[in-house]
Amino acid sequence: MIVSRRATLSLRAVALLYLGLLLLLPVGVVFWRTFEHGIGTAWAFMTTPAAISAFWLTVLIAVIAVPLNTIFGVGAALVLTRSNARGKAILDSLIDLPFVVSPVIVGLALLLVYGQGGWFGSAFLNNGIRIIYAVPGMVIATVFVSLPFVVREVAPVLREVGDEQEQAAATLGASSWQTFWRVTLPTIRWGVAYGVVLTTARALGEIGAVLVVSSNVAGSTLTLPLLVYQRDEQIGGQVTTSVYAAATELAVLSIAVLLVMTLFGRRKDAS
Amino acid sequence: MLYLSVIVLIPLAAVVVKAVSSGAGTLWSSIDNTLTLRALAITLGASLLVAAIGAVMGTLVAWVLVRDHFPGQRLVNALIDLPFALPTIVAGLTLIALYGPGSPVGIDLAYTRGAVIVALMFVTLPFVVRSVQPVLIELDSEVEEAAASLGASNATTFRRIILPALRPAIFSGGALAFARSVGEFGSLALIAGKVQIASIVIYADIESGSEQSAAALSVVLMVISLIMLFLIRRLGGQVDR
Amino acid sequence: MRIEANGISKRFGDFVALDDVSLDVAEGGLTALLGPSGSGKSTLLRIIAGLEDPDRGQVRIAARDVTWARPQDRGIGFVFQHYAAFAHMSVFENVAFALKIRKRKEAEVRARVEELLALVGLTQWSQQRPHQLSGGQRQRMALARALAVEPQVLLLDEPFGALDANVRAELRRWLRRLHDEQGVTTVLVTHDQEEAMEVADTIAVMNKGRIEQVGAPRDVYDKPATDFVMGFLGPVSKIDGRLVRPHDVTISLVPLDAAVEAMVKRVVHLGFEVRIELELSGGEPARAQLTRAQSDELELSRGDVVYVRLPAALLTAAGAGAPPRPITA
Repeated sequence: MIVSRRATLSLRAVALLYLGLLLLLPVGVVFWRTFEHGIGTAWAFMTTPAAISAFWLTVLIAVIAVPLNTIFGVGAALVLTRSNARGKAILDSLIDLPFVVSPVIVGLALLLVYGQGGWFGSAFLNNGIRIIYAVPGMVIATVFVSLPFVVREVAPVLREVGDEQEQAAATLGASSWQTFWRVTLPTIRWGVAYGVVLTTARALGEIGAVLVVSSNVAGSTLTLPLLVYQRDEQIGGQVTTSVYAAATELAVLSIAVLLVMTLFGRRKDAS
Repeated sequence: MLYLSVIVLIPLAAVVVKAVSSGAGTLWSSIDNTLTLRALAITLGASLLVAAIGAVMGTLVAWVLVRDHFPGQRLVNALIDLPFALPTIVAGLTLIALYGPGSPVGIDLAYTRGAVIVALMFVTLPFVVRSVQPVLIELDSEVEEAAASLGASNATTFRRIILPALRPAIFSGGALAFARSVGEFGSLALIAGKVQIASIVIYADIESGSEQSAAALSVVLMVISLIMLFLIRRLGGQVDR
Repeated sequence: MRIEANGISKRFGDFVALDDVSLDVAEGGLTALLGPSGSGKSTLLRIIAGLEDPDRGQVRIAARDVTWARPQDRGIGFVFQHYAAFAHMSVFENVAFALKIRKRKEAEVRARVEELLALVGLTQWSQQRPHQLSGGQRQRMALARALAVEPQVLLLDEPFGALDANVRAELRRWLRRLHDEQGVTTVLVTHDQEEAMEVADTIAVMNKGRIEQVGAPRDVYDKPATDFVMGFLGPVSKIDGRLVRPHDVTISLVPLDAAVEAMVKRVVHLGFEVRIELELSGGEPARAQLTRAQSDELELSRGDVVYVRLPAALLTAAGAGAPPRPITA
């Protein structure tokens, strides 16, 4: 369809204006507000003991959650596309659940199961293991919400490539492990990489579920997103630099992730 | 499977159990009161509106990204994924910064439904765009050329040929946007204020110890989510055999 | 190494792919499994390879029962129709794969791979990726890859099916030469009867899950055991209730004993051969094939009424007299 020059330009203008007002401008304002009173002030807010521990806790949880979900993701993708196991459809639907369930419901669910008076809660507490209102609960919550990404990126690739290469490897003498390591994995590597990036982004930014299961104590159970929330709550009214500073930290982390996402995304589509 | 159960199944089952633990009667009255119903109405209404606007604007953006060519287009394309990468709470904050009290352009939407709508539109932007883009790319230009040779104007071609081809993708993207909006929390936590969004009501209930009513409302949301999930999979058509 | 398949049966749901099939492949021979889609030939090959399990029956390779052995343990080489090349590895690495996973020494691997690449004519391409090669080159790579660890048996599943006609013709001659040089027992699946006739020592003709005939190409063509085999191996016409090859049909301008009346519908000149399309008195179509010389003698044109006769062999069986000769006008 050949569109007139005027129509093309108008559409372009509308689209760019929309994106600018919705995406760019708001993010830009946050950066501005962060450094409004000077880089020093901003830096001070980013390096308080609470902020530093929040940063590391966020990273720690991500470092646990992402590999777990990656291993699960690749395994589940293989089961969905290469095996004849029963109940594949159920597995498929279950994997999508974290996408559609609200994070606070996730938090509530974990509370009811692992918290005091919960189904397994007393069992854990009696052995001195705190899950709810402690870091383990936050890890479980993060794992839940970031569960589907690797599966959903790897499964389509596996489906599209088909298993002929793997059959060939078998006829050439490769064991199951050799086949997986030398043939399957290299084929899906960009799908895995992209999935890992998406999982990481989700894990870093999680707030709803984690807010419910965390004790929100600065220095031990505050992640960066929770820190932003807490600082804002404490202010009440107009948002101040401290909040913006914490938010900027997160934003920078996520934009870095976004860049990697774009890079890997392109590699993935190219292969 | 075991992994899945521990993480996903059991906790969710617990919510259901809790909701019904005080008997079906209590469950029903938890749902059938003004506060809960109001929260549901506002949430569903807002989500529907966001899905509808998102469908239109998302298709427009997808069109510009696929059919147009301008410097910096690749950058703009990458930017669409920003809502995916940005933590929801930061998203809410950015919108408050620009459109809330202390706004540099003097617009104050905080604590109004407007704020909720804007926040949800930010968060759901990529769904429709990314759903429509691949379909637009795959569209065979020959079909449009045939229509033109038969005398169809651009508007007609768009309406009768392009739009029908895009419809499944637009619906599936819109459904995803709707499902996401219904459960959204992070971006609304700071700005919703008095506006009774379902997820915030649930949070308030949890914090104040009314776990039963939180569970009841949660079950309603979960049912809606499951219906949406079913619809999305039907529209997407992606089931591993 | 000899291959023996005994009493193989296999169904997929309601579909019977193989029905009590038995086949013996002599050591060092090249056998073609020939048949239409759905005849079960690929299924049989894959069961021999271990890529499918039979419902019933037994497979032996070199007198060893491998019915339940994994493909890895059968000592086979397999070539797929769509190459199954390892897309992320170079040609060299593809061919070296079987050697590398058996942990052979690097020098040994390199020597063997270079030897194989020279054998299949891909030496300059050793560092390229499969997607940079043409279809024919990819298939040659796949063959080199399968031969790397000197399999007892080489199995090819419609190896030339995805290639252009002229590449196909060239590769099938090349395959035969390779087989003569290397001497590995080979089984080839194909639906192309010309390919089977040109390449194989023995042809097993399959139809609807059964083997209809096994024999040398000439035997299968000249002495078909069933109507199906005759029809599949070459063109046939039905005259007087019998199946006959077009070039065995005799045309006469004058009525003869036991000849059927027919009308010439079309005379097609195909270079050296001339094809006569006929309509028999009952309305059924038939075809005769003559050399140019024979055709010139008869000077046939559309609308002529002629008399067609079956060859002597078939007539003798029916008790007729001396062999017919066309009477030139």
